[in-house]
Amino acid sequence: MAEKIATREAYGNALASLGEKYTDFIVLDADLAAATKTGTFKKKFPERFFDCGIAEGNMVGVAAGLAASGKTVFASSFAMFAAGRAFEQIRNSVGYPHLNVKIGATHAGISVGEDGATHQCNEDIALMRTIPGMTIVNPADAVEAAAAVEAAINTYGPFYLRFGRAAVPTLYDANYKFELGKGVKLAEGSDVTIVATGLMVHLALEAAETLKNEGISAEVINIHTIKPLDKDIIVASAAKTGAVVTAEEHSVIGGLGGAVCEALADSCPVPVLRVGVEDRFGMSGKVPELLAEYGLTAENIAAHARKAVSLKK
Amino acid sequence: MKTAKLEMLKEKALNIRLGALEGVHAAASGHPGGSLAIADILAYLYFSEMNVDPKNPKDPNRDRLVLSKGHTAPALYAALAEKGYFEKDMLKTLRKFGSILQGHPDMKHIPGIDMSTGSLGQGFSAACGIALAGKIDSKDYRVYSIIGDGESEEGQIWEAAMFGAHYKLDNLVAIVDNNGLQIDGRVTEVMNPTPLDEKFAAFGWNVYTIDGHDFDQIADALAKARNVKGKPTAIIAKCVKGKGVSYMEDQVGWHGSAPKDDQYEAAVAELKANA
Repeated sequence: MAEKIATREAYGNALASLGEKYTDFIVLDADLAAATKTGTFKKKFPERFFDCGIAEGNMVGVAAGLAASGKTVFASSFAMFAAGRAFEQIRNSVGYPHLNVKIGATHAGISVGEDGATHQCNEDIALMRTIPGMTIVNPADAVEAAAAVEAAINTYGPFYLRFGRAAVPTLYDANYKFELGKGVKLAEGSDVTIVATGLMVHLALEAAETLKNEGISAEVINIHTIKPLDKDIIVASAAKTGAVVTAEEHSVIGGLGGAVCEALADSCPVPVLRVGVEDRFGMSGKVPELLAEYGLTAENIAAHARKAVSLKK
Repeated sequence: MKTAKLEMLKEKALNIRLGALEGVHAAASGHPGGSLAIADILAYLYFSEMNVDPKNPKDPNRDRLVLSKGHTAPALYAALAEKGYFEKDMLKTLRKFGSILQGHPDMKHIPGIDMSTGSLGQGFSAACGIALAGKIDSKDYRVYSIIGDGESEEGQIWEAAMFGAHYKLDNLVAIVDNNGLQIDGRVTEVMNPTPLDEKFAAFGWNVYTIDGHDFDQIADALAKARNVKGKPTAIIAKCVKGKGVSYMEDQVGWHGSAPKDDQYEAAVAELKANA
């Protein structure tokens, strides 16, 4: 397996390196710069970094004010305290006026690990998806994370960038061409479509290998941009395979699985099974233990794929 | 203050009050009490204090106003119309389907609105962000944010207050409409936010307490604030909710309900008679 890097690490590195090319963006944090990795940017561009202290709602409001004054602003905290605590500030102060604020949310999902349920945000995609005009990107690896940061700088409007704490395998090389809003077909298949996002993407690829050995041909699509969703790639694949499995490190309610079901319901209704956190809170543990406990594994994706195939008419 | 200027400000304040009531009456909804309370402050800001040009509402060097207590938009819209950002005729479209004059300020569609507000506590944080942007860009514009005493029960007000003092935003002035009432009753009885002056001072702000209907006191506090370096200024403005319409004055019931036709006519007559 390739080198493992956490997407939050890539986020901090990308901010720091892009800070030279793009001289006007500002970075805010809420006392978590060491963990969100915005500290990497702070070290290089201290005059463009502002710590807002442990006050996420105010941080988002300050970001809105900076953006209303023409700045591109990254505002960072853990997903729980950005999408969760500051939901209404993001909705009313950033989303409604459609300001150029990029929420850099790290420590998303169950892979926060030992900190446990209060810090494991499995609801952020669902929350952010309901805000009109919000772009949501959940990168699968460090390469995609860095590309997403640059795309956010180059695309006006509110963004929710979702990064993880845990190191994940790097899937892409330097030649990868990231296209905002476009799904990426990573494996061709004909029996079932696996639509995955974030750290589930490499597990989806593993699952496809397992299924191949059983004679099931699985198509694997990486959806990094959850909103706006690349409906075309999903509908086309579902029409071809006739069965879909979604995989995300997020609640099965309202996230990628919800988005895919919504997309297919009116265009290509086929069986869709969702792999994700099953309407539960998290708990403390090591990342592999938690991924296993919550079914965020290649084995579970494969099991859902077999079942999806059996449900086909 | 010279008589001519005082007369001009009184006329502007009267027109703001009339415009706010016209909108609320036409909409048959809205917030007249707080709108009337801040009319004198808005008159001073737009017609004496702020460097703004209605022909160039997005001028990056302009002074900004963030109405954090966004529900008193009727008064702000009336001030903007009076200043020439849009036709006064539009005020009667307040809150109506298809109008740009939304129930709460909408920066995307209304010329002269510097920040969308309405959810209490949030505008004040945005005002801090706008003031910080001025510092980053070494611009000399000033930022004014009108907040409510009831609104000061929001924790976010104090998060923003901490931020403003921490980053020494001396280009920022918070004006607290201290009218003493909120929807459920007297602020001191619902959830006492006082003493607001001591709280802002404890948070590191320069503080003045004034009569929010006395133009000399408003002028004096804002002038002094310009010379304060290294800290933001909070002006605790004692205001009367419903100011100028006797049956609305200091009446909690007029926070968020519109006058009926006869009440509206009586209000207009009283305002004009006392002008």
